[in-house]
Amino acid sequence: MKSMGATQDEYYRGVHMVPYDLVKELFLALAGVGLLALLAAVILSSPDVAPVTIANWAQSDPVDFVTTATNELAGASTSAAYGNPYNTVGPGQSWGPIAPQKWFGTRIPVDSTNAFVIQPLQRASFSNTDLGSALTTWQGASSDQQTKWLDAYSKALPNATVTDGKVTVADGDYGPLPVMMSNLLGVAQAGGLDGLLVINGRFYQTDYTQPLLFMGDGSYLAGLAADLHLTGSLWGMMNETGSYPGQTWLWLYTMWYQVPPFTSSEGFLGLNSSNADLGIIILMTLLTAALALVPLIPILRDIPRWIPIHRLIWRQYYAPRKAAART
Amino acid sequence: MATTSSLEGPTPPAQSKSWTLRLRQAIDRHLPMDHLLPDRQPYYVGSWVYVFGVVTIAALVWVVVSGIVLAFFGPQWWHDSRVGRFFNSLHFWSVQLFFIFMVLHLWGQYFMAGWRSGRAATWMIGVVIFAVSILTAFTGYLSQQNFDAQFIAINAKDAMNAAGIGVFFNVLNFGQMYGLHIMLLPIGVTILVVLHIVMVRTRGVVKPIDPEGGVRP
Repeated sequence: MKSMGATQDEYYRGVHMVPYDLVKELFLALAGVGLLALLAAVILSSPDVAPVTIANWAQSDPVDFVTTATNELAGASTSAAYGNPYNTVGPGQSWGPIAPQKWFGTRIPVDSTNAFVIQPLQRASFSNTDLGSALTTWQGASSDQQTKWLDAYSKALPNATVTDGKVTVADGDYGPLPVMMSNLLGVAQAGGLDGLLVINGRFYQTDYTQPLLFMGDGSYLAGLAADLHLTGSLWGMMNETGSYPGQTWLWLYTMWYQVPPFTSSEGFLGLNSSNADLGIIILMTLLTAALALVPLIPILRDIPRWIPIHRLIWRQYYAPRKAAART
Repeated sequence: MATTSSLEGPTPPAQSKSWTLRLRQAIDRHLPMDHLLPDRQPYYVGSWVYVFGVVTIAALVWVVVSGIVLAFFGPQWWHDSRVGRFFNSLHFWSVQLFFIFMVLHLWGQYFMAGWRSGRAATWMIGVVIFAVSILTAFTGYLSQQNFDAQFIAINAKDAMNAAGIGVFFNVLNFGQMYGLHIMLLPIGVTILVVLHIVMVRTRGVVKPIDPEGGVRP
């Protein structure tokens, strides 16, 4: 092993030195890279597909909106059963004793039934007596009765029809649900729910946790993402809308979602599709640490010596005549 | 009372207790100006591979400059203004170039075993820069305020929550992601890059791999 020596001068003793202009090189690099970026910006622009609002969702796919809201009310949505950090319903992901999702607790509490359905309806019922009495009926009913209404309504929704943006289901015993959902849909279509879920009792707000969770529970946004080739099965996170490059540097992270054991329900050593997120984060942390520690890891640090790419990089040094001439 | 005082003041002893003087001496010893801004280099530094480092820095400069303009006018500006869209595009493509050059620099240094002769820490800091840059770009994608940002946030939350990180790093919270993206993370990347450059200039470029020698740090 060659050590650096006390100083750079000692390290380079006996090495032929040639003139070099670092500052000129930096300025040329700035100009060259700036020109490349400028040309790309002018010719190719950048992606900017408009975000989806809850109003867009409720107007474009009212049945999916009402189905999602009904699931929220029933506590049957993804958010409702998520677990930490939003609630304690779901167990969260774990791998053996490693369960960080559980360890850190419910730090961003979201009561999806109340936040996404009941509270917006309560606000809307301020000047709407029909809705007010429907809410009173709902809240006064027993849990069993609520479940029967929800089951019947959920079974009817797949065959619902849409007329002038309103959702109609076949006749049945749904209790106050049609009135409640019709009003929630109306509020959402008018854009009221976008504001209510963001404001969350404050005036200034930059936290979109609630509306994004709600939209994520539906199928509308995921359907648009599939149309734009953004979904996980299509290497999701590293893609971008349109034909633009996305976060291509996440290729390795995204790749693990496409291969076993993370695609399999049986899995390997307890890692499978149900705890893929945790398993892949652990794996990528280990791989990043290994990359940082390459200088200390035999075999990994020896590969550059075995694969003679360095002979191309330093061909001047290795050329026998030139080397001999300089020694 | 000083006994060596003159019109110019007392002459500091070689082993001064002055922190300022000791810092200056350490800088003079480890990173004199002719190492920080060299006008000569070893003859074997002739490959284009050496360019990847400086063009990565150049791309970072353009990322920061375009990012400052975007931050000044606020996150909504570039959606509504053609000038804003241009600066967003400049930012977007500078980031793409930054990562392309950084990855080429990383692979170049790997195949040169650039960690030899006391340069392991320089390599490690480089990998940390790569990781922090990925995090910075990720918060940038989350701060776009468009459909891509929405979908990335909804999907990324599961990985963050599964790892327990979501409690502290809520990808659905635009304010938190934007603040991290325009302030803390760029400052982190810049400080690490300055440290990396100082380490490179302190040691100089590594010698070619000796067929008889090893590739240990």
